[in-house]
Amino acid sequence: MELKDKLLSSYVAFEDNVDTNSEVHEIRSKALDNFDKLGFPTKKLEAWKYTSLNSVLKNDFSIFPDREKAVELADVKKFFIHDIDTYKVVFIDGKYSSFLSATTHENFDVCLMSSALNKPKYKAVIDKYFNKVAKQDNLTSLNTAFAAEGAYIHIPKNTEVQKPIQIINFTTGSEPATMLQPRNLVVAEENAHVQIIERHQSLTSNAVLTNAVTEIFAAKSATVDCYKIQNDNLNASLVDNTYIDQKSNSVVSVHTFSFGGNITRNNLNFYQNGEHIDSILKGVTIIEGKQHVDHHTLVHHIEPNCESHQDYKGIYDERSTGVFNGKVIVNKEAQKTNAYQQNNNVLVSDKATINAKPQLEIFADDVKCSHGCTIGQLDDDALFYMQQRGIPQKEGKGLLMFAFANTVLESVKIPEVKSRITKLIANKLGVNIGFEL
Amino acid sequence: MLKINNLQAAIENKSILKGLNLEVKAGEVHAIMGPNGAGKSTLANIVAGKEEYEVTGGTIELNGEDISELAPEERAHNGVFLSFQYPVEIPGVSVTNFIKTAINETRKAKGLEDMPAKDMLKKIREKSELLEIDRKFLSRSLNEGFSGGEKKRNEIFQMAMLEPKLAILDETDSGLDIDALRIVANGVNKLKSKDNAVIVITHYQRLLDYIVPDYVHVLHDGKIVKTGDASLALELEAKGYDWIKKELV
Repeated sequence: MELKDKLLSSYVAFEDNVDTNSEVHEIRSKALDNFDKLGFPTKKLEAWKYTSLNSVLKNDFSIFPDREKAVELADVKKFFIHDIDTYKVVFIDGKYSSFLSATTHENFDVCLMSSALNKPKYKAVIDKYFNKVAKQDNLTSLNTAFAAEGAYIHIPKNTEVQKPIQIINFTTGSEPATMLQPRNLVVAEENAHVQIIERHQSLTSNAVLTNAVTEIFAAKSATVDCYKIQNDNLNASLVDNTYIDQKSNSVVSVHTFSFGGNITRNNLNFYQNGEHIDSILKGVTIIEGKQHVDHHTLVHHIEPNCESHQDYKGIYDERSTGVFNGKVIVNKEAQKTNAYQQNNNVLVSDKATINAKPQLEIFADDVKCSHGCTIGQLDDDALFYMQQRGIPQKEGKGLLMFAFANTVLESVKIPEVKSRITKLIANKLGVNIGFEL
Repeated sequence: MLKINNLQAAIENKSILKGLNLEVKAGEVHAIMGPNGAGKSTLANIVAGKEEYEVTGGTIELNGEDISELAPEERAHNGVFLSFQYPVEIPGVSVTNFIKTAINETRKAKGLEDMPAKDMLKKIREKSELLEIDRKFLSRSLNEGFSGGEKKRNEIFQMAMLEPKLAILDETDSGLDIDALRIVANGVNKLKSKDNAVIVITHYQRLLDYIVPDYVHVLHDGKIVKTGDASLALELEAKGYDWIKKELV
C-alpha cells in the first residue's frame, strides 16, 4: 500500500486514542482532508523542485511504532548537551520518556503536548495558539492531522527561563522503518525569555522519516532562541517545519546546524506581526556522500520598522546536494524594513551541487534590503599561504572551512552549545583544531 | 644553505626562468633586483613550492637536499619562509590562532609536542614588541582589513615567530611608509644570525639602506645577469636597468 493510503486508512485507529470531541480534533480532521487532497509534495511543486522525497517514501513505514524499547542513559548521553543543567522533553519512538526527561510546571510549563491537548487547564492556550501560525501545506497538514505528542512550552509574562530546554526525539529502530510526526508548541508571553535546543536522533541505521512541526509565538518584547542540531544517521530523513509568529519588539533567533541525515528539509517561516521586531536565521550545512540538505526560509515583513538577518553557510563535498531558497516579502506597509540575507557556499568536490535562490518581493519603497549569494571553491592562494607557514594542506583546508562557517557560530548564546557545535564541525571536517575560533 | 642550479620554470607554457644560478650561504644577505617581469616573484614562489609553476629543468637544494619535489608545508618545515608580496586575507582566523597553528604543525612535523601555552604567549609578546605590534591587532582576522604596512609587519612578525633558516622577503618594502620600513628592517636585522640567510627581493635601493646585503644580483629575463656588492644597488638606483641590458648585448 502507498504510504499516503496507509496514513489515511490508519486515521480511524488514531482516533481511538484521542479526544474526538474537541476543537483540536476538528482542526485535525480538516488537516487530514487537506493532506488527502494535496498528497506528498512532488518535484512538480516549485517549492520542491530540487528536493525529492520519493526514495524515502518507498519505505514501508510503521506509522505508530508501539513496541517499547528500553534505552540506557549511558548510550544516549552523548546526544544531550549534558555539561549544563537543562529541562528536557525526550521522546523514544514518538512516546514520552519520563526516565530521560526533566519537565516542570513551576512558574512556567515545560511538558507534553499530549497533556496540554487533554487537560482543561491548558485549553485556553491551546485554543488560542494551536495551529494558528502553521501553514496549511501538504506536510504540515499531515502533521496536524496526527498531532498528538511533542513538547509544550508556555512561559508567562516577564519570566526568564534560566535553563535551556532540550527537545530530543530518539528512534530506536524497533521497526525496520519508522515515521514520526512530532508537534511542538512554544508560547513566550510578553517579555518572556526562553532558549530551546532541538535534536532528532536515530539510534540504529533503520530508516526514519520525521515530519516535525513547531509553532513558536513570541509576544511583545519576548526573546526566543532556538538551536536545531541535525546530525542524524544516514538513513534518517527529516522535514522540519517551523512557524514563528512575532509581536512588537520581540527577538527570535533560529540556528540550524545540518551535518548528518539522509534528506533534510527545513521550512523556516517568520511572520512579523508588529513593529521593531528582529528575526535572526542562521545555518551551517556541512555534508558529504549523497546527503541532501534543503533550507527554505521565509521572512514576511508585515509591519514597519522591523529587521531580519539571515546568514547561511554551506560546505558540500562528494556528491552531496544543497538547496537554499530564501524568500523575503516586504508588504507595502512595512516601511523602514531592514532585511539582510547572506548565503555563501563552498563546493569542495566537483560532483557536489548547490541550488541557491534568493527571492525578494518588496512592495514598500523606503526599505533597506540586501542580499548576497556566493558559490565557490576554497581559495588556492589562501591555502598556499597557510602551507607556506607550515600548515599541511588537509589542516589548511579544514581551517579555511572552519573559518568560513565561523560567522554563524558567533551569535550562539549558549557557550556549551557553541563548543559542542565547534567540535562537531571539527570532526565533520576531519581536522584537529587546537583552539576554539 | 640554498643552491639553485640552472633553474628553468614556466607558467602556462610561458617560460619565465631560463637557467638561473644562485648560491646563498648561512649568515649571508642577498638582494635580488630587476625590472618588472624579470621573474623575481616567480623565483620566490618556486622556492616556496607554489604549484602553478612548472619546473622544467635544474635543481633547488636546501642544505644539500633537493627540495623541488616537496610540498610547500614540507619546505616550510625545513626552514623556508616567504614573506608574501600580497599577503592573503583569511577571515575568521585570528593572527594569534594562525601563528599558533603554524608553529604547532611545524613542531608536529618534527615529532615534537605542541609548544606549551605559556611559552607561546611569552614568545608572541616578545616578537610583537619587536615589530611594535599592538595586542589588539593580534586578535583580528588574519590580514583582513589590514593596511599595506600592517600586512607586511605581520609577515615579519610571523617570520620572527617561526625563526626560519632561509627567509625570502618578496617586496616587503612596497606599501611601507618610512617608519614602518624602519620597524620591519629592524625586525629582520634582529633575526639575522650566522645560521640563517635572507634573500631580499626589491625594486628599490631604499630598503637596502636598512638591511645591508652582502651580494646584490640583477635578475633580467629569467637569469641573473650581474652580481656585485651593496654598491651595485646604488648604481642601479642612479642609472636604472637599461645600462645592464645594453651591457648584455
